[in-house]
Amino acid sequence: MNTHSRARQVLRRVLSSSALYTIVILICALWTIPTLGLLISSFRSANDINSSGWWTVLGQPLELSQWTLENYREVISSSGMGTAFVNSLIATIPATVMPITVAAFAAYAFAWMEFPGRDVLFAIVVGLIVMPLQMALIPVLRLYTTLDLTGTFPGVWLAHTGFGIPMAVYLLYSFISQIPRDLIEAAKIDGASHFQILTTLVIRIAAPAIASFAVFQFLWVWNDLLISLVFLGTSRETATMTVRLSELVGTFGQHWHLLTAGAFLSMILPLLVFFSLQRYFVRGILAGSVKG
Amino acid sequence: MVVKKQDVRNVDAKAVTRFLVSLVAPVATFFILKWSLGFIRDEASPKLLTMLVALAVGVLGIWVLYWIANDWVSRLPFGRLRESLLPFVFVGPAVLLLLVFMVYPTVNTIYLSLFEKRSDNFVGLDNYVYIFTEPDIRVAFQNNIKWLIVVTGACVSLGLAIAVLVDRVRMEGVAKAFIFLPMAISSAGASVIWRFIYAFQPVSRAQIGLLNAIVVAFDGEPRGWLLRPPVNSLALMAIMIWLQTGFCMVVMSAAIKGVPRELLEAGRMDGCNEFQLFFNVIVPYIRGNVITVTTTVLIAVLKVFDIVYVMTRGNYDTEVIANRMYVEMYRFLNFGHGSALAVVLFLAVIPAIVVNIRNLRRQRSGQ
Repeated sequence: MNTHSRARQVLRRVLSSSALYTIVILICALWTIPTLGLLISSFRSANDINSSGWWTVLGQPLELSQWTLENYREVISSSGMGTAFVNSLIATIPATVMPITVAAFAAYAFAWMEFPGRDVLFAIVVGLIVMPLQMALIPVLRLYTTLDLTGTFPGVWLAHTGFGIPMAVYLLYSFISQIPRDLIEAAKIDGASHFQILTTLVIRIAAPAIASFAVFQFLWVWNDLLISLVFLGTSRETATMTVRLSELVGTFGQHWHLLTAGAFLSMILPLLVFFSLQRYFVRGILAGSVKG
Repeated sequence: MVVKKQDVRNVDAKAVTRFLVSLVAPVATFFILKWSLGFIRDEASPKLLTMLVALAVGVLGIWVLYWIANDWVSRLPFGRLRESLLPFVFVGPAVLLLLVFMVYPTVNTIYLSLFEKRSDNFVGLDNYVYIFTEPDIRVAFQNNIKWLIVVTGACVSLGLAIAVLVDRVRMEGVAKAFIFLPMAISSAGASVIWRFIYAFQPVSRAQIGLLNAIVVAFDGEPRGWLLRPPVNSLALMAIMIWLQTGFCMVVMSAAIKGVPRELLEAGRMDGCNEFQLFFNVIVPYIRGNVITVTTTVLIAVLKVFDIVYVMTRGNYDTEVIANRMYVEMYRFLNFGHGSALAVVLFLAVIPAIVVNIRNLRRQRSGQ
């Protein structure tokens, strides 16, 4: 091979790799800029937001007088996003722990206990994973009206638990059933009951799988709009952040200083959870997507 | 073996206390739960205290219930009885919840779809005739089909393309994090983000929406992206593509890393270029994953609600089935039409249910 063609090859490689990097950077920018615009705007005054594009501040980011926390103060107090934040917490934490608990007991029974109808029941659980929520709305809403559960947090916890169980059981089962039989048998010989084996041994071994599902369910419940809208409603006393945000869009569609700050507030906690537990989240996605 | 008297007394005392605890604990739990649920529902309760009580009940309460049930069963006299009842303590609550929240509603929704709006009079298939002939709802069906094709197609192909591209750059982890960041964002939040991108101001004023600003920079006319079909539906679809591509990319990326190196080397030896390698080696190898991802996205798109609800409430011909169902339930209070729409969604996912169960059977028989 002569030097001329080698030089051409190197040149081609450099060009193709710089093209590759350009494309990747462009895609990353496309996926980040929308959120960045929201974040920057949420710290600008209502006047500034409406008179110039948010990108204009990139020219003079250090001009401190243009930044303000006023939008956040207003959206938290007078627009009710503060209460909504607490409501979201009240709705989300039990709605994450409850399905995990119920599913852990069920997955353990499916994996390590003998009972009539076990395989049929498990097949039904797996079949229900893709069931559209819409099928449940009207009957459950009517049931809740008779039980006086509409607009209450326990009603929402139960609904999220019910709808989340198929996926939770499936994910936890695939992990719990892989625990070596010897380990379970040894614990039994030591005199441990099923309850003790589950609460001490299995929970500890299955911790990564539980963490994966927990992140998954937390994000799902926090970000959910439909269930909160139907079962908790739009009253300020119970509205979650997503519901409150959609109400703000409906009533103050052009008040960008409120919408941007409100939207960013609703995203803070999920983003924190997501970044700190990203590893578990990805693992959960990969385990869950095997289902087909 | 000699047993000292004192030991016997100790054991007796212990047994008695344990017996009392197992009687008192359920009763106490019942009253605590009852009181605290009332406290949570009472709007006069201070918010932060409500939160603490709610968390305690929601998180600990359920564990205590399992503990009590287990404790009772383990006190039953016959070993055989205990052995056969215990599994039902473990699966019982899960099965009960599935019955109440999924199985009963499914049967009930199908039943309600055959009745008129207040569910009093049987009307046969009239609701189905209505939803398939009413022009407004036809728009919803057409839109759902467009969403299924455009969003699924875009997410899967973009996800695959990005997975292949980032596989070759040095900062792979960082690049991926940027793209799947939107997965942590709610559809409601994303809708606000994108509404701002689509924001429209009269020509005389500076554009504050990024899209119109770009259009104006190229000497175009700014326009209201959400007002006229078919552009408005595409604008909404873009949001879902932005949200879901990260999911596709994560799964595809993991799959691509599983393609054996030798296979790629062999392809290169045979003179394949990178494009041929992609279509002839990588894609066939990860076909299973592509199908899985496609199904998952299809099902998510089928049920799309949040984006349309927040962005346009289904106005300007952007209606989709799930939003229309909400409208039927809450604005028209027509449970017959609402149920019929839900049943259509259900029928659409039946193939996925069948495939899931068949895969499970195959796995089981494979073991």
